[in-house]
Order: sequence, then structure tokens, then C-alpha cells
Amino acid sequence: MASRRAAPSDRPRLNAPALRLRGITKRFGSLVANDGISLDLGRGEVLALLGENGAGKSTLVSILFGHYLADEGAIEAFGAPLPPGQPKAALAAGIGMVHQHFTLADNLSVLDNVMLGTEPLWWPFSRRARARARLLDAAQRFGLQVNPDAQVGTLSVGERQRVEILKALTRGAKILILDEPTAVLTPQESESLFATLAQLVAAGLSVIFISHKLDEVLRVSHRIAVLRGGRLVADLPAAGADKAMLAEAMVGRAVPPATKHARAPGAPVVELRGGTVRGTGARPLLDGIDLELRAGEVFAVAGVAGNGQDVLAELLCGLHALDGGTLTIAGRALPARPRAFVEAGVARIPEDRHAVGVVGDLPLWENAVLERYASPAFSRHGIVRRELALAHAKSLVERFDVRGTESAGLATITRSLSGGNMQKLILGRALAGDPDTKSSPPLIVANQPTWGLDIGAVAYVHQQLLDACAQGSAVLLISEDLDEVFALADRIAVMHHGRLGAPKPAREWTLAAIGLAMAGGEEAAHAA
Amino acid sequence: MQLERRSTTPRWLLLGAPVGAIAFTLLITSLLVAWAGAPVARAYALLLEGGFGSRFAWTETLTRATPLILTGLAAAVAFRARLFNIGGEGQLYAGALAAVAVGGLHGGSGFDASPWLLFPLMMLAAALAGALLLLGPALAKSRLGVDEVVTTLLLNFIVLLFVSAMLDGPMKDASAMGWPQSVAIQDALQLGKLIERSRVHSGLLWSLAAAVALWALLKHTTTGFEIRAVGANARAAAFAGMPVAAVQVKVALLSGALAGLAGAIEVAGRAGYVTLDMSPGYGYSGIVIAMLAALNPLGVVAAAIFVAGILVGADSMSRAVNVPTYIADVIVSVSLIAVLVATMFTQYRLRWK
Amino acid sequence: MLSETLDLLAAAPFWIAVLRIATPLILGTLGVLLCERAGVLNLGIEGIMVAGAFTGWLAVYQGAPLWAGVLAAAATGALFGLLHALLTVTLALSQHVAGLGITLLATSLASYAYRVSFPKVDSPPTVQTFTAMQGLPIPVLNAQTPLTLLALLLVPAIAWGLYRTPAGLALRMVGENPAAAEGQGLSVAGVRTAALVAGSALMGVAGAFLTLSAFNAFYFNMVNGRGWVCVALVVFASWRPGKALLGALLFAFFDALQLRLQQAGGGVFGIELPYQAYLMLPYAMAIVALVVVARRAAYPQALMKPYRKGER
Repeated sequence: MASRRAAPSDRPRLNAPALRLRGITKRFGSLVANDGISLDLGRGEVLALLGENGAGKSTLVSILFGHYLADEGAIEAFGAPLPPGQPKAALAAGIGMVHQHFTLADNLSVLDNVMLGTEPLWWPFSRRARARARLLDAAQRFGLQVNPDAQVGTLSVGERQRVEILKALTRGAKILILDEPTAVLTPQESESLFATLAQLVAAGLSVIFISHKLDEVLRVSHRIAVLRGGRLVADLPAAGADKAMLAEAMVGRAVPPATKHARAPGAPVVELRGGTVRGTGARPLLDGIDLELRAGEVFAVAGVAGNGQDVLAELLCGLHALDGGTLTIAGRALPARPRAFVEAGVARIPEDRHAVGVVGDLPLWENAVLERYASPAFSRHGIVRRELALAHAKSLVERFDVRGTESAGLATITRSLSGGNMQKLILGRALAGDPDTKSSPPLIVANQPTWGLDIGAVAYVHQQLLDACAQGSAVLLISEDLDEVFALADRIAVMHHGRLGAPKPAREWTLAAIGLAMAGGEEAAHAA
Repeated sequence: MQLERRSTTPRWLLLGAPVGAIAFTLLITSLLVAWAGAPVARAYALLLEGGFGSRFAWTETLTRATPLILTGLAAAVAFRARLFNIGGEGQLYAGALAAVAVGGLHGGSGFDASPWLLFPLMMLAAALAGALLLLGPALAKSRLGVDEVVTTLLLNFIVLLFVSAMLDGPMKDASAMGWPQSVAIQDALQLGKLIERSRVHSGLLWSLAAAVALWALLKHTTTGFEIRAVGANARAAAFAGMPVAAVQVKVALLSGALAGLAGAIEVAGRAGYVTLDMSPGYGYSGIVIAMLAALNPLGVVAAAIFVAGILVGADSMSRAVNVPTYIADVIVSVSLIAVLVATMFTQYRLRWK
Repeated sequence: MLSETLDLLAAAPFWIAVLRIATPLILGTLGVLLCERAGVLNLGIEGIMVAGAFTGWLAVYQGAPLWAGVLAAAATGALFGLLHALLTVTLALSQHVAGLGITLLATSLASYAYRVSFPKVDSPPTVQTFTAMQGLPIPVLNAQTPLTLLALLLVPAIAWGLYRTPAGLALRMVGENPAAAEGQGLSVAGVRTAALVAGSALMGVAGAFLTLSAFNAFYFNMVNGRGWVCVALVVFASWRPGKALLGALLFAFFDALQLRLQQAGGGVFGIELPYQAYLMLPYAMAIVALVVVARRAAYPQALMKPYRKGER
């Protein structure tokens, strides 16, 4: 008797890969973020998703996890089709995600954050003891220390990341997605993350690891997939790959690094002695900082986020008053008002271009004069002189290659500009904001100036900073990107817990030494 | 179901959205009118006629619109700076009381000064009263983080009680029979009629002038720039060096002053004295008008005339057919919600999963 | 005057009045609390209380039993809550604007419906209200109606719900970090809508208390700002049910006190105050309470931020 032969799709897929993506396409308006991507993730494999900012990596994993709905394409997890667009379905299929910006509630405890969504909503009471046991068990198995009752708001960045990972593991994740996990870690913390990953893989999990850092990717992954402009341009085992080949695949062409000019540093522009800013906590935000910046040099402050760099930047932008110590810019002590600093010639590039750099709802030309609208150059008797402001905006747009103004010109609403173009506008406003002077500003304060930009925009910003430096500007660069720091800096100092370590010329630093200093090691060495 | 930002808005939607909003409002209103047992088409005809259909209708509408323009401007400038001033009603009454305090007869012939001096003083007092009333909640918000919605709302109740106490006591017009009213202002200080044999008074010109002035302020001056920037993104404005706290105070003073002026102009142009019911919710209507006008000062004039026409038309309609006057408030609130939803759809599209 | 005041406070009728005045405040504040904990400011409360008061009263007037009237009021509140959710959750419109629009809509609809139903009456027809729970052995409480007992029982019930059930955790998370809730497979829109519907239903019941218990008919202006007071009380209560009860009782205490002082005459320290001064007192107290507490307020982090899923 003939039995019905099982159709291929009926057979349980014992050897199916952990994930199979076919033809994933996603559009945001006219932008194609993902274009026909097909990819496999094997069981027990670490796949690195490599690409520059804007290449489509975060979009792809967001589709995997159900945050976004793909326009075309299908996904299979362990051989079974994955219902699209629902995080619930992804979680049920064993996909867990550690987001780049942690999805944790500061006001709730670790246990609360981990338990959320694990019990049916109609249950009349939560089984907290059981959840706590499960959490501690997973923590022990994978070597991740946590205190279940700690309020998340009090945890350090590394600890929060551990909670994010445990959130996924306690839900039985078999596939773990990590989105730029080392962006916020010191080199040493990154090491312990890699050790954790090795343990996870040994326990049978598959991992997708998103990064734009070539060294890490080559160290940690089994296979590398490279995205460029939304397309998958390379899919190869890590064993045979090298940095040059990967960089070229990421960018599509050779990108020459920005050229540093050799020069001798000039007169001091910034002199900060014993700078202290207190704040509300027990420890001061800035603790007795000594800093001397000279004309024509790039001084970089490295450090893990949250150690006071933001406060230092704000101090030099005129947003904070000192509680102790003295600060002079070009020999003068300035009142703690942004306008005073702008008039003294401080060019300021803030860390968060969307929230602080521009007023997104206003047109481009108004943002171009946001700092100097009250000066005689752009207003008289309280009336804004539109023609002058428009002319200035036009010259900025041309000189600094700001694109995206094709349809509405200078009246383009600023929030519709891409990150790179917005940053060029801010750069232009900072470097060429005063229409009456042609020279470079005496001081440039650049806080994470290339965060989130694609390689082309990064190179542009770097070149502008170096050119200004060559013309005599002093540049204070605050950056968490050590590649950037080493590429641009003449001198480097590391900030930790509000204190600034002794600056050394860039060539005297090693990666290990900087990592140690970022974690406070230098302090310990001095204290010993 | 998910919202997605549109990159461009198709033309048919730009035109269709407001039309859709109006159509939806008409539908709901028709259902309510039918429920009251009145003939729907006739009721609409009466409404439109009563608000806009004759010279008399227009004069009534314009008279009603006069204070509404000012309270609408008060709400618009405040909301632009993200200061949710819901206290327009109280500020209006405070302005009205201040006007009577300066220009009133007080049992004699009032202050013995030339009307040329007294009139601007009276207006200034009214503006100041409204401004100071809003200053408290505004400062509480910027210094202490107290939500201004609740504080300005609760102040309305307090102010109205204060007015009631004043009307029973020190400012009472002893010779008036019936409901308590205040002393009247000097004859010389009252606003003259704009149109013969109607209630339209020169206060309308003041309101229109205020609308134009506010528009010019926002568009062309540095202060207006600051107000718009601080309202849209206070952090970026602060970083750029704008005096954010000072701007917020300026906005509060300006907004309160406009509402206070509304009260003074109502006193000077209509009865000449203050009563407890002189404002049938002008302050609150001003908020709706501001939102209908998308916070644009010139749009406020159009929205105020629209709302005034509806209110006047509904009054006249309800006298002719058995439809309660509350239909006016229903029309206004439904059209507000409809306009908000319609505007949303021009910027976002809804996607089904 | 001090001894008179002490006599006043010792008498049972005073405390009976306090509990009676507090009941709609407890219900309304709990309703606002649920909405705000989920991250939505519901400024429709004033209008929803009016609509609930009207619907409850009308249902009973038409012959329905009292509890059916309460249910009708709750359903009315729930409907407006659904509208609010549609505007602020689905369409992510400004919560301030949507709330104020709903207050205006609900109030005007109720007033219109009243006039259409009773076109020619001068004073509204009365209904047979809830009677005091005389069977209860607890003093002061046994002079109250069952709705007061309901309000008092809801306080620990909602506290339990918020802190010890999965649904409560979901609600709190949605008000703190919606992305986190989304990442754990929950529907932020669903939870927020449910919170709005439940909270608004409570607001409707608060309104029904006024027409079916405190008074026996529907009057214009009967809510008179009580809804706004509830919004202030939630901040005062730091979004916790227990403190909400405390705040409502405190406010009711001062309201009852000013009522008694007005009636007793004799003024304050011998100075005769106009009756309006006494009436101002509760509103002034609410403002003072807000200012005093505001500095330390631990806002739900996502309050008043509309959540647009998947927006870049």
C-alpha cells in the first residue's frame, strides 16, 4: 500500500540552520535600508554582521526580532517559518536580542526587568521566587554576576549589559543577537564579554554579533557577513579574512585616512587649573582637573561614557560654572554663558546632534544662525535680518557640502536631513559661524563628532578638524572611539571618575595602557 | 497596526484632510440634532444663517469673536513655547477686575485724570493682572518642575471665587438690582461702536492688531525666534545660548497679558462692568481656537470667527427649533478632534500588519 | 476658636462628611493613577466624571437598579477612555490636547443629552440614591454608601494588582520604558489602551457617586474642578495607591473643615472672611501640595511621551 510520501516541508528539519533569511527587503520612504538579503546562521556559530553606520545592520536584526516588518522576504528559525513583525513570535522561536540602547526601566529592579512578559497577563499573582531562582541559575551557568533586587538605574553600563543578556537567556534564547555590544565597554570589559560569548557557544547557542570594529570581528566570529548600502556584499569564513579586504568590502572603495599635518604647538588657548564641578551626588562630576590646550594641537580625552567627559565638554562650551579652580580661554575668564563662549570664538560641536545640536522643527537657515542671531551681523533692534541670515546659510551649505536641500532649499526642515548632513551643518556653524572673520576659531570643542556617521562623513569631519588645527585652532576631542582618538590626536589623556589622567603624546600610548586607564588602573597605580 | 512617517504628502490628502474633518463633524452633529427631534437640514440652515447669514448675524459673530481672538492668541503663544496655559479664563477675569479698579466710578466719578491717560493705564493694569497671574505657575514650572496644566486650571476656580467676593464687597455696584455686578467704568473710557446699531465695538480692531503684532513678533523678531526655538527644543536652544528661562517668563507675561486684555476689552466694549457670567468660557474656547489654528496667530483670527459664528448661530438656532445650545460646544470639540486626526494623517500613514 | 475646632473634629458627623467628600476623589485619583502609570496623562477626567454622573443618574431615573447605573457610568467612562486611547496611543496625538478635547466633548455631550431628555424642567428630577450601610458594625463607615466601601477596597486591590501581578508589572513597565516592554513581547498599545479604559471607567464611577450617593440628581457644574484636583493628587501621591488614599482624605479633611468653619461663623481668629475665601481653600491646598511635592516627584519615565512603534 502506498503511503503518502511526506512532502519536504513536513519533515522535521533536524539539520536546519538556526536561522535562514531569504530576500529580506525593507524600505523607509525612499531609503532602501535592506535590499534582498539572504543569509544563514548555523547552529553554535558566531556570525559577525559588519558594515559601516547606515549600512542596514540594525534594521536587519530589528526585522529578525520583530520590531520592524519587512516589505519582502521570509525568515525560518530552526526550520520553522517565523511569523513576521512580532517580538513575541521571535521570543517563542528562541531569538533573544541585546539592544544597543538598553531596553531597561531604571526605576524598576533587575528581577522586574527580567520577569516582564514571562508570565501570562491574566495570572492573578506573580511567581517571583521561581523567577528569581531561574535568574540566579542562568547567571551562574554563564558566569554573569547580578543582584536581582538592585534598581537598574544604579547599575554601571557593563552591569546593565549583563542584565540585558540574562533577560534573553532566562527566556531560553537559543539565538542571541548583540547590537554593537562593545561600543560602551572598556577594552577589559569587552574581553570578559568575549569570554561570555565563548561560554554561550559552548552551551550550544548561536550568536549574531553586530560591529563596525574589524579587530573584534576577526577575533570573535566564525563567519563574517558584510553589508553595504543595504545589500549583502560578502559572506565568508573569518579564518581567511583580513582587515584590508573587509574594510574595502565595507566601503566599496579605498578610503585614505585623514592626513595629519606636522606642526609645532603654539600658545596656550585653554588653561584649566583645579577645575571642579560638584553636582548632586557624593562624588564631584569634575574633580580637580588640570588641562592645558595649545593652539595647533588636537588634544583627545578618552574614557568610558559617564566619567565626566560630558561635563568637561559642557564646561568648555559655557554651560557649567566652576565650583572650584580657574578657567581661562585665550587668557580671559569668561562668564558661564554659552553666548559668551561663542563670542570668544569657541566652536562647539555637541554630542547629540538631534537633541542638542539643532532645533529639528525649524528650517535649515534658522539653525545656521542659532548661535549668533542676536549679534549685529544678523539682527538689528531686535528684528532678524533675514537676507543676511539666508545668505550666510547658503554659504555654509555650499562650503560644507550639506546635502538634502534639493526640494526645499534653505527652508528645508532640519530634522529631515540625514545624520551626516546635519553634522556638516553643525560643523559649518561652529567653524564658520562668524561671517565677519575668515580665520579658524581659536578653540574647537568636539564631543563624539562622528558618532553614528558613515565612513565618508567620518573622513570629512576628521579632515575639517585637522585642517582647522593646521590653521592654528586648538581642538579638544572627546571620543569613545579609540580608533578615532589614535587617528587624530597629538596628545591623549584618559578621564575616569571625574579625574583627568596625565596627558601623554599619542605615540606613547598603547591600547592596553589606555584600556587600563579607562578602567581606573592608572589611579590605582598612583595610589599604590 | 502601525504609524509610519510620510516622506511627502500627496496633494489630494492635503485638500481632503480638512474636508474629511468637516464632513465627520457634520455627521456627528446631524445625529445629535436628529436625536433632539429637529429637522436636520433646517437646523443647519438656521445655524449658518444665525452665525453668518445676515448683517446682524455678522455683527453678533464679530462681537463674540473679539475676546476669542485675544484668548486664542494667549493660548497660541503659550503653547508655542510648550507652556500649557489653561488659565485663560481666570486671567481674563483678573484683567476685567483690574480694568474696573482703575477706570471704575467707585461711588464717585472715578480717578480724576484725563481719559487719554486713564485708558492706557486701564489697559496696562488689565494686561499686568493677567500676566502676573500666569507668572506664578510659569515660574513654578521652570524652577520646581510643577506641571502648569493643573496649577493654571485650579487658579481659574480661585480667581472666579475672588471675583465673586469682590462683587459682593468692595467693588459692588450698590445701585444695581438683581445679580451682583461691579461698579461701571467711566463713560469716557468705554470703547465706541464700530458699526452703527450693532454691538461691534472698536475692541475688534485691538484684537486684530494684536493678532498681526503677534504674527510679526514670531516671524521677524529675535524674541519670536527664541520663543519658537525654545518651544520646539529647549535643550538645543539653551546650548546655542538662548536665555531659556527668560524666554519662558516673557512668554508667560505675554500670554497672561493677552488674556487679561481680553477681559478689559470685554468690559470696555460691552457692558462697562464686570459680572460673574460675563465670560461663557472664553478662556477655554481660546485654547480650542489656538489648536484649531495650529498655533498660528493669523489662523487664530479665522478660527475665532468660525467658533464665534457657531456659538452665535447655535444660540439663534436653539431659539427657533428645539435643539439645546450645548450643540455648539459639541460642534467645537468634535471639530477639534477631527482636525487633529486629519492633520495627523497628512504627516503619517497607518499600516496594517 | 481652638476649642470649637477641636469639638468639631471630635464629632462623628465631621468624619462622615470627610469620607463622603473623599470618595469621588479616591476613585478619580486611582483612575488617573492607572493611566499615568502606563505613561498617559488623561486630562479627560473632568468631562468623564460629568458624563459618568449623567449616565448613572439617567439610567436609574429610567428605572434601572442602582448598581446597573454605576455600571452604566463605568461603561461611559470606558468608552471615553477608548476614544482617548485611539487619539493618544494609536495616533500618538498630544496627550494634553486630546484630554482637553475629550473633557469639552464629554461635558457638552452630557449637557446636551440632559437638555434633550428634559427640555422643559427647571430643576432636575431626583432619584432614589444608595442608602447608608447601617448593617456594618464600624462607626463612620456605617453612615456611608456602598460606593465608599468600594473605593476603600479598591485601594489595596489596585496596589496588589500593580505590584504583585504580571499585568501590573507590564503596566508599570509600559510607563517607564515602552521599548523594554515591546522587547519582551508585550504590546505597548494594548497595555496603554487597557489602562486608559480601566482608569476612565473608575472616573465614570467617581462621577456616578455624585449623582447616586452624595446628591440625588444631576446638576450643571456639579463636578466643579474635582477632576483636576485628582490630577494634582496623583502627583502628591507619587503615583502610589496608598498615598493616593491619604491625599484624598487630606484634601477631603480640609474641604469638610472649610465647610464647617463657614457654617460655624466667627471667622478665623476673629476676622470675618467672605464665604468665597473658605471655598478657595481646597483649590489653594491642592496647588500648595503640588508645589511642595513636585521637586521630589519620581515621574514614570515615559509619561507624556507618545510611543511610535518602529519609528526611526
